[in-house]
Amino acid sequence: MLRPLPLLTTLVLAGPVLVGLIGAVLPAFGYLVPGADMPFSRALDWPGLTRALGVSVFSGVLSTLGALGLATLILAGWHGTRPFAWLERALSPLLAVPHAAAALGLAFVVAPSGWLMRAPATLLGWERPPDLLILGDPFGLSLAAGLVAKELPFLLLMMLAALGQVQAGSRLAVARSLGQGRVAGWLKTIFPGVYAQVRLPVLVVLVFGVTNVDVAVILGPTTPSTLSVQITRWMTDPDLSTRAVAAAGGLILFAATLAVLAAWIAGEHVLARLGRAWVWSGHGLPERAARGTGLGLATVSAVMVLLGLAALAVWSVAARWTFPDLLPEGLTLRSWNRFGPEMLATAGDTMLLAVAATLVSLVLVIGCLEAEVRHGLTAGQRALWLLYLPLLIPQVTFLPGLQLLPLSLGIGPSLWLVLLGHVVFVLPYVFLSLSGPFHAWDPRFAQVATGLGASRNRVLWRLRLPMLIGPILTAVAVGMAVSVGQYLTTLLLGGGRVTTMVTEAVALASGGNRRAIGVWGLGQALAALLPFALALLLPAILYRNRRGMRHG
Amino acid sequence: MDRGLRIEGLRITRGGETLLAIDAHVAPGAVLTLMGPSGSGKSTLLSVVMGDLAPAFRATGRVLLDGRDLTGLAPEARHVGILYQDPLLFPHLDVATNLAFGLPRGGTRAERRAAVEAALAEIGLDGYGPRDPATLSGGQAARVALMRTLLSKPCALLLDEPFSKLDTDRRDQIRQLVFARARAAEIPVLMVTHDAADAEAAGGEIIRLGV
Amino acid sequence: MRLALSLLAALALSAPATAQTAPDPTDWAAVSTAARGQTVYWHAWGGSTATNDFIAWIGEQAAEEGVDLRHVKLTDTADAVGVVLNELQSGIESGGSVDLIWINGANFASMKEAGLLFGPFAQHLPNWRYVDTEDKTVETDFTVPTQGYESPWAMAQLVFVYDSADVETPPASAAKLLQWAHENPGRFTFPQPPDFLGTTFLKQMLIELTDDTARLQDPVGDDYEEVTGILWDYLDQLEPLLWRQGRAYPETGPRQFQLINDGEVDIALSFSPGEATTAIENFELPESVRTYVLEGGTLGNASFVAIPVNANAHAGAMVVADILLSPAAQLRAQTPDILGYGTVLDMEKLSEEDRAAFAELDLGIATLSPEELGTVLPEPHPTWATRLAADWVARYGVAD
Repeated sequence: MLRPLPLLTTLVLAGPVLVGLIGAVLPAFGYLVPGADMPFSRALDWPGLTRALGVSVFSGVLSTLGALGLATLILAGWHGTRPFAWLERALSPLLAVPHAAAALGLAFVVAPSGWLMRAPATLLGWERPPDLLILGDPFGLSLAAGLVAKELPFLLLMMLAALGQVQAGSRLAVARSLGQGRVAGWLKTIFPGVYAQVRLPVLVVLVFGVTNVDVAVILGPTTPSTLSVQITRWMTDPDLSTRAVAAAGGLILFAATLAVLAAWIAGEHVLARLGRAWVWSGHGLPERAARGTGLGLATVSAVMVLLGLAALAVWSVAARWTFPDLLPEGLTLRSWNRFGPEMLATAGDTMLLAVAATLVSLVLVIGCLEAEVRHGLTAGQRALWLLYLPLLIPQVTFLPGLQLLPLSLGIGPSLWLVLLGHVVFVLPYVFLSLSGPFHAWDPRFAQVATGLGASRNRVLWRLRLPMLIGPILTAVAVGMAVSVGQYLTTLLLGGGRVTTMVTEAVALASGGNRRAIGVWGLGQALAALLPFALALLLPAILYRNRRGMRHG
Repeated sequence: MDRGLRIEGLRITRGGETLLAIDAHVAPGAVLTLMGPSGSGKSTLLSVVMGDLAPAFRATGRVLLDGRDLTGLAPEARHVGILYQDPLLFPHLDVATNLAFGLPRGGTRAERRAAVEAALAEIGLDGYGPRDPATLSGGQAARVALMRTLLSKPCALLLDEPFSKLDTDRRDQIRQLVFARARAAEIPVLMVTHDAADAEAAGGEIIRLGV
Repeated sequence: MRLALSLLAALALSAPATAQTAPDPTDWAAVSTAARGQTVYWHAWGGSTATNDFIAWIGEQAAEEGVDLRHVKLTDTADAVGVVLNELQSGIESGGSVDLIWINGANFASMKEAGLLFGPFAQHLPNWRYVDTEDKTVETDFTVPTQGYESPWAMAQLVFVYDSADVETPPASAAKLLQWAHENPGRFTFPQPPDFLGTTFLKQMLIELTDDTARLQDPVGDDYEEVTGILWDYLDQLEPLLWRQGRAYPETGPRQFQLINDGEVDIALSFSPGEATTAIENFELPESVRTYVLEGGTLGNASFVAIPVNANAHAGAMVVADILLSPAAQLRAQTPDILGYGTVLDMEKLSEEDRAAFAELDLGIATLSPEELGTVLPEPHPTWATRLAADWVARYGVAD
């Protein structure tokens, strides 16, 4: 019964991507969209192409290096210490905060008229904020910083999970007993193993950095914007034939993404060689500086995002609030009364969609993992790449095509199509967060139970799943957070009819009403955080008298 | 009828290379000890008897239990209990439910409860039923694990380095308990171990496997 | 393989052949019967909370006529155009997902030209009898005749918004604006073209600067460089004096209000004379904000609703278009703390009671009266907007 599941899962993941790519390639070469004359040369002739592509690649690579470097420094310098525990607690919830909400909050904090600048402004009596290009700088530095802040928790948690599989504790103890410093020893002995485990997630971060729309539109430059934002503009241009240019642009961005991935993988080899040379050289690191930098930067990044969320909260209850006041003139519930009821109604739909997409994913994932256990059905590393396929191909490249092709089969935009689209992106994350714990589950439990006469189904339902309830609920929370954050998917596949909190929030973002953004952004963040809270709380309540379940 | 565990012309190979070839018979209540260095295939032999040999290995020959050919039988249908060095009590279930997990079907709820209560009393853990297994001492957990296996009425018992994690003073006590129980229930026992003292205490035949 | 085949099939089938399932607009009784029980998806820009609230109110009125109105909030009207286009290409000629679009200008011109619109229907709406077809540009849209393929629902006119606490005499012409920017560098900006408001600023400046405004009523021709040269000279001088030295621009109109509120700029643009007052009411602008228009007048146009040819609920959509033209809805739209949009109705044609209600409206602290709004300049042909925006992007939007 489980045998077809891996194949079905493959289809669910790869099918939409392939369909979407076909739907992008055809218009790009002049088919499917009438009146499109040489879309490729139109895209190539766009005067901003070089710079837009440059900013996309630069900010994407920089943010990935930053997030990976920072996560590594933090783990190397502080894993197992009290500051680390504090930082982990501060960063984990940020994982669930949707990109758009985090970016909007951040934008208000760091703008020249934002919270940070208002402190000196109040003290020094400035009436006008300095005319500085902080947000939307031409190199995409603020965009990269925003991406680092958002991706750091993701990579940190991924690396933490990987640590368990490389006997980090004992390796580090050996390295230190051989005279290595904490950070240097960690980098030399543990990092290679951990990196091998988180390599694909790092590539996902890289692709997201290069191709994202929602963060770039808020924090990125505008003259020109990143290529992904420009593609989105082409997709919505009144001149209909421009859609084909968008498809061509999507393919150009795809090619650039592949080149960046290739360069990154080449860079891995170079780094590995340098690393070996470093081990041979016997040199260490300036330990104190490395530890200080790691903790300092990570704290700044966490504080910025938290301040941003606080800013959203204050704006949502603000009466008049002008520069350079640190706080509004008064507090009012007007914004909540005005936007709250509709927000709650949309929240219900959003959660329903998230639950449905996550449940479908969960069933497929558990089915695949169990099929692997029972029938040895595993395609190994290649399956893992497949899993990452939807995350490694730019959304702006294949989502428009994914909307177009079902249409050509007579399937209009609908809730079901949106659900399928969500599953495509939710499933990989559910799989990734569940497969580790699933494999780490001690198979001797199953052998003992089998010896006691339990069938494989009984082992699954009575032992494996109950014992993995914590990881399963976490996977559900991750899946729901991913679903809640899906913007382009919902917008394009729902044809605008399916509204979720993120489509509403981004629609409002273009209007710049910070009070509405505050209400919706907070609502969206809560919608993503609630499942995580439940994932932590439920096992703790269910197994409050079971010590053996607390670190599972 | 041929009682006990019989291993007939068993040959385990990996990639065409023979790992182990063995012929043996364990009478009910007797203990056969397999000794040998790591990699000699001791634990793989146990997997063959259990019926969950990893796909990388191949086994030819037969394993018979009380005259029944086990080849092709689902693991759960073989009635072969196993004990590891860790007690492996299911952490999400209380002690009593752990014991009840392997009880053969049948009987009323009250009868099943009574069977579990009696089993607990037998190993000196009266009233421990509602306890969290994580709160038991090593020796207590080992006794619960043994009793859990016995309650499932196994036709054979496999021991995989079963005593190596116990304190030295507890080790002998548990060892005696396991062998005495197996003898009393007339179950054939197949044990793999590193520890010569285990083999000595078992008092049965000893097969030394080379590499 | 099957997908590829289906795709080819879809390509072959995408020849336009419109199935006419819609009711006859001239038979209003039939229309309103057919509308009962229908769900109307209105695709409209969702970036303004005030507009969203107004549309929700229209939904309540529609419910009384048995129509379930759903607002599909767009970031850009062209999204809806794209949906309709995609559907028609795929052979979905009825039962489409868009029933009503808030539209004007280039989007209307391109949809009408491509035959994507249902109609003519506008002049058959019962409330059409109140519409001011004499003095208001409700039968041409950016010079393109509407011919009943879209129905007006609000009048808009470009106004300049300024903070009177910082600016004593706001600059009321292109020349004065440049002079003011010299004196106050970094204190003015406009939404980044091709945003419609930013593009409107370009058109407005071109009208200010050119000698031959009549030329703009015809499509762009070979004399484009000649006509617009004066505008680019002007902008070359203005750009370095803009907010952030012209290296960044606000994304949309409402975002400029946030900039005024944050003290980053002193002057902004709005296409709705009442918007500033509404924003003050909602704490979004300081109370010292006022509006003004240029001495030579400012651009004005109408907002319309149109029905795609493949809509699922033509009748329901017409009922909603009619509700939008009702004196009650028009009065609500013009109420400053609700929406502050100009009415498309002719006061002379209204009942005494309705006329009085309009007369009693207190337009609010920062809203100019119709007299103060002065001359309304007609929109240039839509080709100018497209070309100006594209050219601006090439010159300033992607520059170093």
